[in-house]
Amino acid sequence: MDTPRELRYTKTHEWVRWNGKVATVGITDFAQDQLSDLTYVELPTEGDSFSAQEEVAVVESVKAASDIYAPISGTITAVNKALLDKPELINTDPYTDGWIFKMVPDDVSELESLMDADQYESMNPDEEN
Amino acid sequence: MRTPLYDTHVALNARMAPFGGWDMPIQYEGILAEHAWTRTRTSVFDICHMGEFELRGPSAQADLERLLTQNIATIAVGQARYGYLLRDDGGCLDDLTCYRFGPDHFWLIVNAATCADDAAWIRERCSAGTRFEDISPRIAKLDVQGPRAKEDLESAFGVKLPDLKYFRFAQVELGGVPVVLSRTGYTGEFGYELYFPMEHALAFWQRITAGGAIKPAGLGARDTLRLEAGYPLYGHEMGLERTPVAAARGSFMDFKKTFIGSAACVRDRDAGCARYLCGIRLNGKRAARAHDKVMQGDRVVGEVTSGSLAPSLNTAVALAYVDAALTAPGSALEIDVRGTRLPGAVVALPFYKDGTARR
Repeated sequence: MDTPRELRYTKTHEWVRWNGKVATVGITDFAQDQLSDLTYVELPTEGDSFSAQEEVAVVESVKAASDIYAPISGTITAVNKALLDKPELINTDPYTDGWIFKMVPDDVSELESLMDADQYESMNPDEEN
Repeated sequence: MRTPLYDTHVALNARMAPFGGWDMPIQYEGILAEHAWTRTRTSVFDICHMGEFELRGPSAQADLERLLTQNIATIAVGQARYGYLLRDDGGCLDDLTCYRFGPDHFWLIVNAATCADDAAWIRERCSAGTRFEDISPRIAKLDVQGPRAKEDLESAFGVKLPDLKYFRFAQVELGGVPVVLSRTGYTGEFGYELYFPMEHALAFWQRITAGGAIKPAGLGARDTLRLEAGYPLYGHEMGLERTPVAAARGSFMDFKKTFIGSAACVRDRDAGCARYLCGIRLNGKRAARAHDKVMQGDRVVGEVTSGSLAPSLNTAVALAYVDAALTAPGSALEIDVRGTRLPGAVVALPFYKDGTARR
């Protein structure tokens, strides 16, 4: 599984890319692989505010629906509308074209509480092969 | 439990999950790809977990007439017929297919989860002149399904297959092995269910998949395919809590005979059921799931039994038990999915109408 070093991670398998102003959020390669073929994504509304760990979005595979949680508290500034027609972008490009939403944090220090790549990888079971 | 193909599935990187007491492959390449391949070409499914019973003897036909809802007398040799095994109260113990091999010789094909209970139920109710045997441990089952199944299976074994009508079967030899080749299935597509001695399961699987035209498909695709075809799944659409009249409005049932559970079925047929099974096509791609409530305004008017994106239709569909008055095609309903109302309408089954099963 791919776990980019420069990103931060949550226990619920979201990744966060922080550019100093805006946090971009998606789900990890591990998560998309577990969910397999995604068929539907429900996006939040721009301008809505969420607390950390609150449900922000829903992704559905053929078999089940899964909640996507806010990694940090903040306000949604953008959503990836391309996912409405092509939810499979999360499967093919989880860290790039498959991003789900962007948010401005209420408190930048919350980012520090997120896991780094090593911590996230050690949390997941070893890949089966 | 594991089928003889368990290690093969694991080697193919299949995602395994429990189903009816068995550890089964849910998907290999992915449900959507496997679904699409079955609709357009040919897939093979490991269905060794399902049960097969053999009944022989001069009283076998009369016993089956009493035990099963479908008419047995008019099943010809080489023909199969679908129906139900009921309790006295009409509750459905299983849905199953009855094959006739001879005047006094039948097979029943039953679900994996219900196999042991079915065997006990039937064995207890067989006359002295009927020999019952659960042959599941020695019979493998592979389903080869898709519009090109005949040509692709012929290529795999280098033989010409007989032309079989829908729900007819023949005893053939494939690669020197005796096979019951049945033109039946659970996908809505043309294809076969193959029954043969269990020890050949691995060799058959390898031979069938070697050319690349026939690809493995898992129970995930099997579920989306059967849902699009409007077929019930025992434990979801069928169960002990209602008679099959609510699911199929009297189809697959011979009301001219008396069978175990027939009084309850006649009652439901004549008085009507409170709810009937129907298909709901949703307006979007977000899926409803089993146990989601069907709503009309503030009223709960039904409950979903199966729901998913229908990959061939690119919209979500659901099977649901809905109040009798609201089951006509076109009836506008909503489904409450975790607090969100998804709009849709009742449609005639099957959802997917281009299936080749009956061609």
